[in-house]
Amino acid sequence: MINQVYRLVSPRQFEVTYTDRSLTYSKDFVVVRPTHLSICAADQRYFTGTRGKEAMAKKLPMALIHEGIGKVVYDPAGEFKNGTLVVMVPNSPVEKDDIIGENYLRTSRFRSSGYDGFMQDYVFLDRDRVVELPEDINPHVAAFIELITISMHTLSRFEARAHTRRNVFGVWGDGNLGFITCLLLKKRYKDSKVILFGKTGYKMDNFSFVDEAYQIDEIPEDLRIDHAFEAVGGRGSQSAIDQMIEYLHPEGSICLMGVSEYPVEINTRMVLEKGITMIGSSRSGRADFVNTVDFLKEFPEVVEYFGTLVGEVQEVKNIQNIIEAFEKDLTSSWGKTVMEWKI
Amino acid sequence: MIYAEILAGGKGTRMGNVNMPKQYLSLNNKPIIVHTIEKFVLNDRFEKIIVVTPKEWINHTKDIIKKHIGHEDRIVVVQGGKDRNESIMSGIKYIEKEFGLQDDDVIVTHDSVRPFLTHRIIEENIDAVLEYGAVDTVIEAIDTIIKSEDGDTISEIPVRDVMYQGQTPQSFNINMLVTHYNALSEEQKGILTDACKICALSGEKVKIVKGEVFNIKVTTPYDLKVANAIIQERMSK
Repeated sequence: MINQVYRLVSPRQFEVTYTDRSLTYSKDFVVVRPTHLSICAADQRYFTGTRGKEAMAKKLPMALIHEGIGKVVYDPAGEFKNGTLVVMVPNSPVEKDDIIGENYLRTSRFRSSGYDGFMQDYVFLDRDRVVELPEDINPHVAAFIELITISMHTLSRFEARAHTRRNVFGVWGDGNLGFITCLLLKKRYKDSKVILFGKTGYKMDNFSFVDEAYQIDEIPEDLRIDHAFEAVGGRGSQSAIDQMIEYLHPEGSICLMGVSEYPVEINTRMVLEKGITMIGSSRSGRADFVNTVDFLKEFPEVVEYFGTLVGEVQEVKNIQNIIEAFEKDLTSSWGKTVMEWKI
Repeated sequence: MIYAEILAGGKGTRMGNVNMPKQYLSLNNKPIIVHTIEKFVLNDRFEKIIVVTPKEWINHTKDIIKKHIGHEDRIVVVQGGKDRNESIMSGIKYIEKEFGLQDDDVIVTHDSVRPFLTHRIIEENIDAVLEYGAVDTVIEAIDTIIKSEDGDTISEIPVRDVMYQGQTPQSFNINMLVTHYNALSEEQKGILTDACKICALSGEKVKIVKGEVFNIKVTTPYDLKVANAIIQERMSK
């Protein structure tokens, strides 16, 4: 079959390319028709060309998007009925390791990072790269489940590594990932206090469920937290991490989630003095998708909260619509942009 | 119910001196017709995918489907007719015989040598035929269309903005198409080779679905070269 793949060839320029895929492909695979795709900041860095010349030259042309859901349209083994709604796992491991997680193996391929993402007519995935969704889930929320799994993954690493006094959590970052992390913490640790540290008032207003919220330049001096989550990234990482070190109780941990293009300076003296544990995490694996879907089933009200994160919704029927979706996303100040994939 | 019909009845002479009809020639090491059928297999709204071929090519068609797609209940291969419309009718006769015809049954017909169609084109054909009863897939005319009655001098140059080029799929409410087709005389049947034209002349509104420039018909050796070139341009990473 000739599969249309919509690749970014240079900043702001998409082209349709064609790849031949066989339905008698020997591996255990399923074919998914994408229905809803969500744009991530990492996709935008490619779209706008801010990834840097070298990365752009190395990775393009490439289909963007690693957050998305779709319907199974072909399953040679018959495990999934045609039409089954699934979330697609963008990480594609090629080996197994008892210690190193699939999303940390250097050999793993990640979609829309050097490997074609979900902007295709049909996506061919290994069987374990799809997780079934409840039929009635809000598809605009489900479109960015991958982003929720990032938080979910961080929480499971935190759970395994941080000490067990968890009275007060601090989350830095008033964007999408900060919102998701606050909400998951609030649901997972019912008796704990979740404090948001943000910069933009109108964004912080969306965090109606946190216990306290502070502008980063108005934090009470005597405030202390047990553990901190960094969902800032970029240039803001440094000052956020500085504040975390300052407000943490000794022996607390810092979970780092935000990506920065440049190295970030860290006050190691205070990290040592306080005996702080820093936990890095990146992307997610199949288990995190399963956990997230179970979590959304268990707490339907969380899906409703996530509904407030849905920003722009753009129907996509041609390449021009794709560009419009990315441009809208660039100018929207809050929430996720979702493409209804009808191309 | 929604049916698909892949039209592979032609024995094509335009491809030049080759030993088999063009739909069986290889595009990136797989028969063109298989690429086309696969695209329909991936749409679960179809009850059956009927492939109509010349009688002597039925076995060959079944063999290559088995080889490249494997077992798929929904695909059936039936014998085509003497021209395009008769082939469409052969498929419809098969449906009538096996399942009976209901008033809301529709059929999406497609050239077997247009393997580049997309999910969107198929979906929009289905949605539109359920609403309008007749659908044609077209693209805006790229070149200026020239009309010449005698093939020697121009008789008319229509305004390009209102000109479109027809592609496939073409989709129909089955009973509506059969009624209009049967009302034609043998002579009219010989002239009216386009099923959408039959519907339009019979007063039906034929809805337009946007095709794609790349939804080309692989008819000449040149087309086959182009098709092979674009598919091999950049293989999947």
